[in-house]
Amino acid sequence: MDLKTRPGPPLWLLAELTYRCPLHCVFCYNPVDFAKQEDEISTADWIKVLREGRAMGAVQLGLSGGEPLVRDDLEEIVAEARRLGFYSNLLTSGIGLTEQRAKALKEAGLDHVQLSFQDSTREMNDFLSHTKTFALKNRVAKIIKDQGWPMVMNVVIHRLNIDHIDRIIAMAHEMGAEYLEIANTQYYSWAFLNRDQLLPTHEQLRRAEQVTDEWRARLGESMRIFFVAPDYHEGKAKKCVNGWGSMFLTVAPDGTALPCHTARMLPGLTFPNVRDMPLKDIWFDSEGFNHYRGTGWMKEPCSSCELKEVDLGGCRCQAYLLAKDADAADPVCIKSPQHHLVEDAVSAAEKPRTVEHPLLFRDPVNSRRLTRV
Amino acid sequence: MTAITSATTPRVGPGFRLQWEPAQDCHVLLYPEGMVKLNGSAGEIMKRCDGGRDIAAIVAELETAFDTQGLEGDVIAFVEMAGKQRWLTWT
Repeated sequence: MDLKTRPGPPLWLLAELTYRCPLHCVFCYNPVDFAKQEDEISTADWIKVLREGRAMGAVQLGLSGGEPLVRDDLEEIVAEARRLGFYSNLLTSGIGLTEQRAKALKEAGLDHVQLSFQDSTREMNDFLSHTKTFALKNRVAKIIKDQGWPMVMNVVIHRLNIDHIDRIIAMAHEMGAEYLEIANTQYYSWAFLNRDQLLPTHEQLRRAEQVTDEWRARLGESMRIFFVAPDYHEGKAKKCVNGWGSMFLTVAPDGTALPCHTARMLPGLTFPNVRDMPLKDIWFDSEGFNHYRGTGWMKEPCSSCELKEVDLGGCRCQAYLLAKDADAADPVCIKSPQHHLVEDAVSAAEKPRTVEHPLLFRDPVNSRRLTRV
Repeated sequence: MTAITSATTPRVGPGFRLQWEPAQDCHVLLYPEGMVKLNGSAGEIMKRCDGGRDIAAIVAELETAFDTQGLEGDVIAFVEMAGKQRWLTWT
């Protein structure tokens, strides 16, 4: 690696504490073979990761999963994060967030809870019809407010729930959300398996953006709404994780360090485990983290493209999933020779549906079945 | 929030945290899943916004620390902007 591409510190550390989860979301980005990865590193290992990360200059800590609340050492991890000076973000479905647990996490120094609406079908239906899940989320939202945390909500949208966006925003507002992230599904892992059922039409998207804009105008600053656009429909590659190994460092439940939470799918790359190597060596010197840094790895059309520093060729996982070549241009880019694969998926979404295979829920049974060797 | 006067006592807004980052050699303001890097003067103002000092005291301290005069306008302009961003709050 030359000096020009030597990265700064991993400002964002994402701790995926576990793949265990009470939900079975069809758009989950956890690996399809998660059920085979039952190994979880210890509390002491996580504390070592936090100390090494903070010493390098990491400042934001995401505590994620799976459902991070299933780890009963979460309070201990949060307390150490606070002591070290991390800003800690708990990304949760809220299941398991009792008043007692919220208090303990607040005392430990947790800075922020992002409450997600995860399950695309039953939970969303319950949510939309004000039944038991809505009641649960409402209770959790109150618990979050009572602790003085900012109220940040996240909803993953797709073909099956995007038309309810008006109700979704209204309910977030009723619950007192200060920030609402409306995130279009990104098609990796389980979402990729379910893509045909989840990809919205152009018209659905256009309407959703219009409804979002109307709410923004109505609510002003009282609730900020972020609408994360889907890259399939835009024809433009995104600078994935703000550049490979430039800012984000994910540690998977088993201690594998990754440049992004889906990078383990890429063939031929190896990523070290935090139990075997200091985080600093992993970040600066491991082959896995250096492989796609900068632009030296690119082939055409990326290597001569005037936008190559802007999008860094897009997402490597998407290139691998769609073009079957992790070194290729991200096929969402109109210049990609495989862009027709994305166009085909988007135009298939416009057609009326006849035959569909069932949605694949992210659960251990499906995980084992799909990854049987 | 009311209009800013020399008696306003701003403090860092809820959900935000201000801290010095040696690795970045600057003050940063942290918030849910994000970070603002502050330049030198913004950092000097913000670190004095602790809910205990009013604008007059902050201005006087800065004028002493940097051996200069006439900072009130700049301080008020910054606090106003920071209030809009929710970085600072006051009653």
